[in-house]
Amino acid sequence: MSKKSNSDLLGLYRTMRRVRTFEERVGELFVRGQTAGSMLHLSIGEESAAVGITAAMKPQDTFTTHHRGHGIFLARGADPNRMMAEIGGKEAGYCHGKGGSMHIADMSLGHLGANAIVGGGIPAVVGAGLAARHKRNNAVSVAFFGDGATGQGVLYESMNMAALWGLPVVFACINNQYGMGTRIDQATANTNLHERAIAFGLNGESVDGLDVEEVAEAARRVVDGARAGKPGFLAVSCYRFYGHARKDKSPYRDAGEEETGRQRDPVAFTRARLIERGLTPEADLDTLDAEIGAEMDATIDFTIAQKEPPLASMFRDVFDPEEPEPEPVRTRLNRVLATE
Amino acid sequence: MPELTYRDALRKALADSMAENPDIILIGEEVGRYGGAYGVTKDLIKEFGPERVIDTPISEPSIVGAAVGAAMTGLRPVAELMYVDFLGMTMDQLANQAAKIRYMFGGQIGVPMVLRTQGGTGRSAGAQHSQSLEAYVMHTPGLRLAMPATVADAYHLLRQALTRPDPVVFIEHKALYTMKEDVDLDAPVPPWGKAAVRRHGKDLVIVTYSRQLHYVMEAAKTLAAKGIEATVIDLRTLNPLDFDTIREHVERVGRAMVVSEGAMTAGVAAELAARISEECFDFLEEPVIRVAGEDIPISVSTGLETGSVPGPQLIAETAGRMLA
Repeated sequence: MSKKSNSDLLGLYRTMRRVRTFEERVGELFVRGQTAGSMLHLSIGEESAAVGITAAMKPQDTFTTHHRGHGIFLARGADPNRMMAEIGGKEAGYCHGKGGSMHIADMSLGHLGANAIVGGGIPAVVGAGLAARHKRNNAVSVAFFGDGATGQGVLYESMNMAALWGLPVVFACINNQYGMGTRIDQATANTNLHERAIAFGLNGESVDGLDVEEVAEAARRVVDGARAGKPGFLAVSCYRFYGHARKDKSPYRDAGEEETGRQRDPVAFTRARLIERGLTPEADLDTLDAEIGAEMDATIDFTIAQKEPPLASMFRDVFDPEEPEPEPVRTRLNRVLATE
Repeated sequence: MPELTYRDALRKALADSMAENPDIILIGEEVGRYGGAYGVTKDLIKEFGPERVIDTPISEPSIVGAAVGAAMTGLRPVAELMYVDFLGMTMDQLANQAAKIRYMFGGQIGVPMVLRTQGGTGRSAGAQHSQSLEAYVMHTPGLRLAMPATVADAYHLLRQALTRPDPVVFIEHKALYTMKEDVDLDAPVPPWGKAAVRRHGKDLVIVTYSRQLHYVMEAAKTLAAKGIEATVIDLRTLNPLDFDTIREHVERVGRAMVVSEGAMTAGVAAELAARISEECFDFLEEPVIRVAGEDIPISVSTGLETGSVPGPQLIAETAGRMLA
């Protein structure tokens, strides 16, 4: 592996720590009853995938994510206040409270949207790849999804199209071992997921998500290959520390497995490496962690202080703003039942 | 005036729009080298090249999904679904993605794509290639829906669809591809979303769209010979729905029938009948009558197929009974 500079590894650590802490604060917002619902899927344990892969992307690149995508978006440069406000269903959120955790997006960062349909965001990157080729803008489009999506047909359709047309597209599979409560080996016979991509004619790699430097290196190979015209697939192996969603206590796996799995902690691993290599003193890391803690604490205060979206906004953005909004049921009833 | 077929008009609309807008691409099964299963995209690959006329593997969900992604990143894709019966294959990409992206993401971006497809009976194509599934689309907020009945509308509605800011499902009728009309394509065109009154009469309003327009017009001729004059409204687009035109004529005439090829129950005709009943109740002489497809799958037998959907005779008989 190539030698990384202090600032590179520290930068990766900082972003992973921000993701970890943000996700912890999402959990806290939920406990405080301030989230819009409980369909919150935390990426704790998967930080190296979000951070390592987005580190290999360029500003013009686009991407779609899955329902466990907070970390990817944050690593790409999202404003954590607007993210948390969206998770709280507030007007100040990225989607004005209409999308929430599972439908967050930001076109200015190339985020074509998180998706609550498993595999639902995958084919869009084929279209984005066609557009990039058409416009010759040198953009790569990355679909992020979990191991659960490897059961969906659209993944294979889309990999086939990307390979057939040589599109600048990457399929990034964050293999956290579980699709909800079903372990990957209970869902598929061959768990070497990258082999499927190779069979379709893509570059395919699997990498251990414990080590963010390895993830970043592999991602660079795959993303650069896609930019040069050979689409790629990267599976990052990691462990989902907590349940599928906030209310899931993971009764389908035993405590021993969770304990072992949580020892594969990419954030702690990277922190120890910074110290071990003499790159960053532990005291400096303590200070950094505290700063990030304060930054993410503030997202909770920000979110709680924000307004709910106004009721009338529910009719907005069904169609283009130049088009008439759908007629509200109450307006129609008043019209139909009006007496002379 | 040139004589054009419905198919020629569609092809010309694609070619004219593609010549004007370099961001329009066609993507679908057999749209390129084969020229489209019904020949609508014939030779467009020669004119515009394989980068803009893209033959795909048989992967309907990802064809529609790729169109969604392309529309979000600066292109104006026309995805072709060979038969509307394959809509179920694509429903996630159409209903969960294309239709909801603008809304879910708080208005950040639209999905200006057209999904061209064709449906209906008339070619003994059997239960999986003959359906009228427009109600699935009309029931999904966020989608526009156009269903041209005439050669001129095949051209103009497709041209207009290719300038709309939101996803348009454009359903052609397979029995109309060879229909010919003399059309002046430079004549004034009704705006997008406006119904056309194809015939004026004082006794009955018949609201319809797509191929059933021709059956309704034939029935109207039969009725006229018996002294019954029908107003015939061709909706042209089901979303936007031009209810103002329907209301105006129903309130004037006092009787309404809705004719649709789709299965009767919970279909487009049901929605239209409900709206007319609610909004024009004080003006109606009698209940709004639906004449629609039977609640059965379509058979391959020509007789069973024809019997499964409304025809001119049933429409004329029903109108006669309403006025008896």
